[in-house]
Amino acid sequence: MKARVHVMLKDGVLDPQGEAVRAALGHMGFSGVAAVRQGKVIELDLAATDTAAAEAEVKAMCEKLLANTVIEKYTVEIA
Amino acid sequence: MKAAVITFPGSNCDRDLFDAFAKAGDEVVKVWHKETELPAGIDVIGIPGGFSFGDYLRCGAIASRSPIGQAVVDFAQRGGYVLGVCNGFQVLTEMGLLPGALMRNAGLKFISKPVALTVTTADSAFTSGYDKGQEILIPIAHAEGNYQIDAEGLKQLQGEDRVAFRYVENPNGATDDIAGVLSANRRVLGMMPHPERVVEPAQGGTDGAALFRALSSGMAAA
Repeated sequence: MKARVHVMLKDGVLDPQGEAVRAALGHMGFSGVAAVRQGKVIELDLAATDTAAAEAEVKAMCEKLLANTVIEKYTVEIA
Repeated sequence: MKAAVITFPGSNCDRDLFDAFAKAGDEVVKVWHKETELPAGIDVIGIPGGFSFGDYLRCGAIASRSPIGQAVVDFAQRGGYVLGVCNGFQVLTEMGLLPGALMRNAGLKFISKPVALTVTTADSAFTSGYDKGQEILIPIAHAEGNYQIDAEGLKQLQGEDRVAFRYVENPNGATDDIAGVLSANRRVLGMMPHPERVVEPAQGGTDGAALFRALSSGMAAA
């Protein structure tokens, strides 16, 4: 079973890297990019076979390590 | 007093921190990150600067969950003293021992230079060797020193006099110019500037020495 975790900065947390990417896109002629937010995608290969159990386990991983919930939010997809 | 300095793969200020404690008269032991227990009789733990675990995932994230990490958390929760400098500050926020988070510098650049700090409180074992409001010169060397905390958390830090140091000129975008913060029991200090890099004249400054001297003589039993 595979899981995909998306980690993004919470709304309202300044993202200097995203802002630098936005500025670079502007320099390259891609006008009209109002904002860029940069995050992470983490893919996990799991031994679990039960979707609900896998989701609960991955959420625990997010809370304890994969995301810093002070500044980041996450979503979990199980496939 | 007996100090322990923890070394993670990628720590690079551990020897400087070791020397700074030793110069203040402390007995110092080195502790490797794979240890699960601290040596007996430790009064203070130093978590050094560097790039623990290559800053993978987030700065300090992997180090904070390393085998010695839980022992550090337990030690702090028992009332032990912990000093985290630079990457060590990042580790302490990732452990949840200090509030807030350290993010990429607002200007995106790694900044390495001496900066002027204001000692915001003298009410801690770490800062009692300074006068409140005193200006000191301590070097910074970081790319992720931009301290962020929500409005409620900031109000709490300010209300409880837990901002230890503020930048005179904000180099990295940190909220409220914050360079260092104390825990609620005032026994855990995290700071981005490196006091261990200015403890003797040969290093170009001595403004950090008072922190280690005060700590060495001012710690109460855990």
